[in-house]
Amino acid sequence: MSYSGWETVIGLEVHVQLATKTKIFSGASTDFGAEANTQACAVDLAMPGTLPVLNKQAVHYAVMFGLAIDAEIGQESAFERKNYFYPDSPKGYQTTQLEKPIVGRGNVEIKLADGRTKNVRIHHAHLEEDAGKSLHEGSFRHGVSGIDLNRAGTPLIEIVSEPDMSNAEEAIAFAKKLHSIVTSIGICDGEMSQGSMRFDVNVSVRPTGTSELGTRTETKNLNSFKFMEEAIHKEVERQIDLIEDGGTVTQETRLYNGDTKVARSMRSKEEANDYRYFPCPDLLPVIVSDETVEELRRNLPELPDARQARFVEQYGLSDYDAGVLGSDAAMATYFEVTAETSGNSKLAANWTMGELSARLNSQDLSISKSPVIAEQLGGLVARIADNSISGKMAKQVFEGMWAGEGSADEVIEARGLKQVSDSGALEQMVTDVLTANQGMVDDYIKSDEAKRKKKLGGFMGKIMQASKGQANPQQVNQILAQKLSELV
Amino acid sequence: MSIERQEIEKLATLSRIAIGEDTITEVSQRLSSVLELVDQLQAVNTEGVAAMSHPMKATQRLREDEVKEINQREAFQAIAPDTEDGLFLVPKVIE
Repeated sequence: MSYSGWETVIGLEVHVQLATKTKIFSGASTDFGAEANTQACAVDLAMPGTLPVLNKQAVHYAVMFGLAIDAEIGQESAFERKNYFYPDSPKGYQTTQLEKPIVGRGNVEIKLADGRTKNVRIHHAHLEEDAGKSLHEGSFRHGVSGIDLNRAGTPLIEIVSEPDMSNAEEAIAFAKKLHSIVTSIGICDGEMSQGSMRFDVNVSVRPTGTSELGTRTETKNLNSFKFMEEAIHKEVERQIDLIEDGGTVTQETRLYNGDTKVARSMRSKEEANDYRYFPCPDLLPVIVSDETVEELRRNLPELPDARQARFVEQYGLSDYDAGVLGSDAAMATYFEVTAETSGNSKLAANWTMGELSARLNSQDLSISKSPVIAEQLGGLVARIADNSISGKMAKQVFEGMWAGEGSADEVIEARGLKQVSDSGALEQMVTDVLTANQGMVDDYIKSDEAKRKKKLGGFMGKIMQASKGQANPQQVNQILAQKLSELV
Repeated sequence: MSIERQEIEKLATLSRIAIGEDTITEVSQRLSSVLELVDQLQAVNTEGVAAMSHPMKATQRLREDEVKEINQREAFQAIAPDTEDGLFLVPKVIE
């Protein structure tokens, strides 16, 4: 979508839940999906007299992110209190970082559909705590909200980009790249549906060629790439229509509902919270030593760009395939195990990106929850590669594995799906079909070269039918061509 | 520097604190005297002195990432004004 005469400026604020076992300031578990308030301890509930103790792993994860985007690491960082009143934050403030964030300026390179790359500058990334959840509808009585504080105190890093993106495609590419980085270095599980990554999108428009920024709006809490794309398109359209109709854009916070596709204003600048930040007296300055930074740097897992390059090199994948398989850490591992188990990386890539991904998508499953594990798919690919089964049979074997019928070999055995590749048996089969269908053979002989080619399919169909689909099609093709050429 | 009545009212709203008509003058005077103290501090030349976020010469101790807390929901909810199905209930809030 583009509007002539206008250009768009987009910046992102991304909240990433860190994959720690415990909260940022307490030893309560961060496991997702627990019964309400069973993982909210005295610190998370802001009981009087409690004090925060910072989680070492959360600090290390934040530093790892900084290293992954080649950022300055704040060797001394500090926490501030951001004061606001809302029941899902029982302290009355969020403990966050403002003046001295742990991660300073960095860079993220994005790749666009037309092959161009673009650098998106990171302004900074800081550590902070998540809030709890307010439920406005439930089994409880009307007129009240239910508060679940299990999520309160879950460690987050908030990544703030510069306004370097100029359309939805770039913003999505950037969001996906961040997802790829944080999952690859293992600091976030990347489960968007569980809110592990949430995006706030700042959008403004200005006449093409001008350099002054227009008034921006912020659309908060988008938790899917699709919703983000829709929200950006809608917001750009709204702002341009507004200005072209003689109006002005108001600086405001907006919400986008992905189910109803409706965006609405949440609060304007006039009503904006006055957060009254001040240094948190309960927390001392955080020092990360050079040794710690160097140790984390040495142990930093492979980054997506390096992995994609390795996939091209090591497995002979195309840039596109390497991009798809190498960006998601779980998918990359799955592919590598499949490739190694099967010994055929190209087929392993096709099956991982094709049948498997399609099935996972249709059932809304992440690859880590796949009923068919990589070793199983590797076993299947191996049987395709050694011609034990045809592509058609392979789909049936996949079905069987998906339904929990065991390994590829077990499904092949149980379902009697062995492909017949014995040339003696196949020759006999072809001869029998030709003999039984003399009319077709005569017709073939009478036809010219071009028409003969088309008629081959008819014979193939009969032969495959006779073999109950178990004949090796490539071999049958060869034998058939040979026998017919002898008859002509 | 003194603090205006309007600012007191705004702060009270932000902090969700009710300040009665009869005390607002007193609160205003007290806060103003705090600000006057700050004004005096402002007069000190701090050129070249790094901002300090904490008065103690110590750094934050870090905790190992191990679950140490057990579920004490029952005890916490026993002292809450209103609960149901494990949730704390509050007057309806929708932003």
